[in-house]
Amino acid sequence: MSIDLSQFIPSFLEESFEGLELMESSLLNLEAGDNETIHSIFRAAHSIKGGAGTFGFYKVTEFTHLVETLLDEMRDGRREIVQSDVEILLGAVDCIRLLIESARDEKECDDEKIIQTSKLLSQTLHNENTTERSEESIDQNLNSDTSDEAPRHHWNIEFLPEHQLVQTGNDPLLLFNALAELGELSVQANVDNLPPLTDMCAEELYLQWQLTLVSSCSEQEIEEVFEWVEDECQLNISELDTLNKENNNQTPVTIASENQVADSTQFYLQNTTPETPKEIKNSSSKNSSTEKTAAKKVEVSSIRVGVDKVDSLINLVGELVITQSMLSELGNDFNLDKVERLNAGLEQLLQNTKELQESVMRIRMLPISFAFNRFPRLIHDLSKKTGKSIELIIKGEQTELDKTVMEQIGDPLVHLVRNAADHGIETAEVRLANGKPEQGTITLDAYHQGGNIVIEINDDGGGIDRQAVLNKAKEKGIVDANATLTDAQVFDLLFEPGFSTAKEVSDISGRGVGMDVVKRNIQSLGGRIQVESQQGKGSTFRVHLPLTLAILDGQLVRVGREVYIIPLISIVESLQVQNELINRVSGDMVLYRLRDDNVPVLPVYQLFNLPANNTELSNALLVVVEADGQKVGLMVDDLLAQQQVVIKSLKDNYQQVEGISGATILGDGSVAMILDIPGMINIALQKAQYEQKQLEQEVM
Amino acid sequence: MTKILVVDDSNSIRDMVNFTLKSAGYDTQDARDGQEGLNKAKASSFDLVITDVNMPIMDGITLCQELRKLPNFKFTPILMLTTESSGEMKLKGKAAGATGWLVKPFNPEKLLATIKRVVR
Repeated sequence: MSIDLSQFIPSFLEESFEGLELMESSLLNLEAGDNETIHSIFRAAHSIKGGAGTFGFYKVTEFTHLVETLLDEMRDGRREIVQSDVEILLGAVDCIRLLIESARDEKECDDEKIIQTSKLLSQTLHNENTTERSEESIDQNLNSDTSDEAPRHHWNIEFLPEHQLVQTGNDPLLLFNALAELGELSVQANVDNLPPLTDMCAEELYLQWQLTLVSSCSEQEIEEVFEWVEDECQLNISELDTLNKENNNQTPVTIASENQVADSTQFYLQNTTPETPKEIKNSSSKNSSTEKTAAKKVEVSSIRVGVDKVDSLINLVGELVITQSMLSELGNDFNLDKVERLNAGLEQLLQNTKELQESVMRIRMLPISFAFNRFPRLIHDLSKKTGKSIELIIKGEQTELDKTVMEQIGDPLVHLVRNAADHGIETAEVRLANGKPEQGTITLDAYHQGGNIVIEINDDGGGIDRQAVLNKAKEKGIVDANATLTDAQVFDLLFEPGFSTAKEVSDISGRGVGMDVVKRNIQSLGGRIQVESQQGKGSTFRVHLPLTLAILDGQLVRVGREVYIIPLISIVESLQVQNELINRVSGDMVLYRLRDDNVPVLPVYQLFNLPANNTELSNALLVVVEADGQKVGLMVDDLLAQQQVVIKSLKDNYQQVEGISGATILGDGSVAMILDIPGMINIALQKAQYEQKQLEQEVM
Repeated sequence: MTKILVVDDSNSIRDMVNFTLKSAGYDTQDARDGQEGLNKAKASSFDLVITDVNMPIMDGITLCQELRKLPNFKFTPILMLTTESSGEMKLKGKAAGATGWLVKPFNPEKLLATIKRVVR
């Protein structure tokens, strides 16, 4: 029987990465004498080692074995916990991660770091033999092929168990069964020590056995059968002679015990070795080949969901069923007297649906600590690299966020935290000179605000040098030499491609790539980033993200006969146009004066070529939206309801359409498009440029 | 049907042992640590217990000692899943009343062959 365990590799990987995270965070918090922490680190390493061996990831096993040995010595108190060892272990955690990743990707991993770390580990262990591999891992199966040509031995086995042998759950009969699988076995029991029935204790064993085994097996294989009971019995194995006869010519040879043995207790266990293993082998190879074709590599990502969340879901479904049965009962023989009850029922259904939706959404939600927990290590490493003393404060780590959003926000956050440590926090001397505490502080905070999650990265460093940013931008021609900008506009320049004010490029950050990528990543998640900074006091980067990518709070608007949805997050305000605030500039471009801003107006009907009720700007409805820091006014016919909509991908179901980010199905069954604001602004710009060119051509 | 209790804190090992046993036609239940294993053992009876050694809350050795105190489990085979093949570990297991041990890395064929040695 062959069992394919490859389906468990993803769960092993997931568990291992969790284990590594736990090792890392525990190592960072490790203090001498903290036994429980050491134990949990050891257990994590131990599990990784065990699982890796199962799947044939021997490099992982080998390396983790060294880590485990070191941890074992710490655990037993044989080794003091010193910071240098903790550093080695932290490095080793990275190595294990690399090894597991390359095992996962079926790549060779010969990173220099791994070789060095394993050298360091072995040196620490005073163990020169780094490639020591446990014998057991290459232990052959007991039933490995017995070649026909191997000489057959005639083994005489004397098995004298102690009285309490059965109390550990061992059963002599099963041991004999195992022996019978090795060859032809004959068993004779010796009942001489059997006490009178009245003195017999049911929990003890009084029998002794004399066994003969004709087999080509080695003495070691026989000893292995008795491995578990070797301390609870006397075992004498001797070889009578070497036989090379046919099976059926064999007569069991019994020695010296014939007179002691009662006939009734003698029995034979027939050997079935020659045929069965072959059969088993055939079927197993067949099995594994079919399994191989069936088991294609499928990347499954899974979510571990708390039982409480599932329970609440089941509970809600229960309530839904109750409401449903109530409504269907009302439906049987309905009359107008029942309208009130019907309304109550529908109200209840609404409530149920809402709660169910929230509950289902919660399943995808994970506490943000999953994204935050890599930062203690990062700060630890950055402190060492930069020589700055930095404290990391994490708040709101229980704030929940959609798993997909979490996965994609990780890298941008790392970038921001690195920047804070590298550029934000000053060196100790500068800090002391400025009357600040020597140790810098970086605070990570997450909280919910409206339908969004806000993640704040705050440092108490030197802040952003407004003038330096502005000068640089002017130098690079990003802004006009005599432009006057607000603070927010200046800080926004940091996200311009190719912008970096770092005087020297360090290996941590400051290569001028990144901040624009950070912004793009955040925007692609439907979020935005804000910067606040005070020179000398520090900076705060605030990332606003939608809670989930699957559902969106939208404003329904009507243009002609079409209904569109504008994401609520991008709406600044909606207003009725006042004629005196309209400014017409060149071509078709219309600007609307909104307090201190001039907002370009985009008539949606023009953009999508629709027949609209109202093509006149005066008294039209304008929805002011913001994207990429750019405000525009969308001219629509009517404002309808605000509601949550489920996003259906247009790309999956049809194809990508510029200006449309997706579609949804409304309550009446009709399909409505969700507007992609940045995309729409793009279209408008292209259109304007095209018209401009046309105009120029006409003039020429 | 032969009923087997599998105790291991590692989800993947537990899943694999369970899967192997179920494929071979055994009935299984599982637990994530010694304490949970002991509770399940108290609530039911099993023909075999397979337990990891290193676990949070209650380790495999303690579980074994506790199980042997229960009248139901006096003779029940208990197999230890260990990574260590050291004599010390085996002695510890033996002293606690374990029937035998299985050395990791986990190999399904070996597990099934071993089980045949302890359950009828």
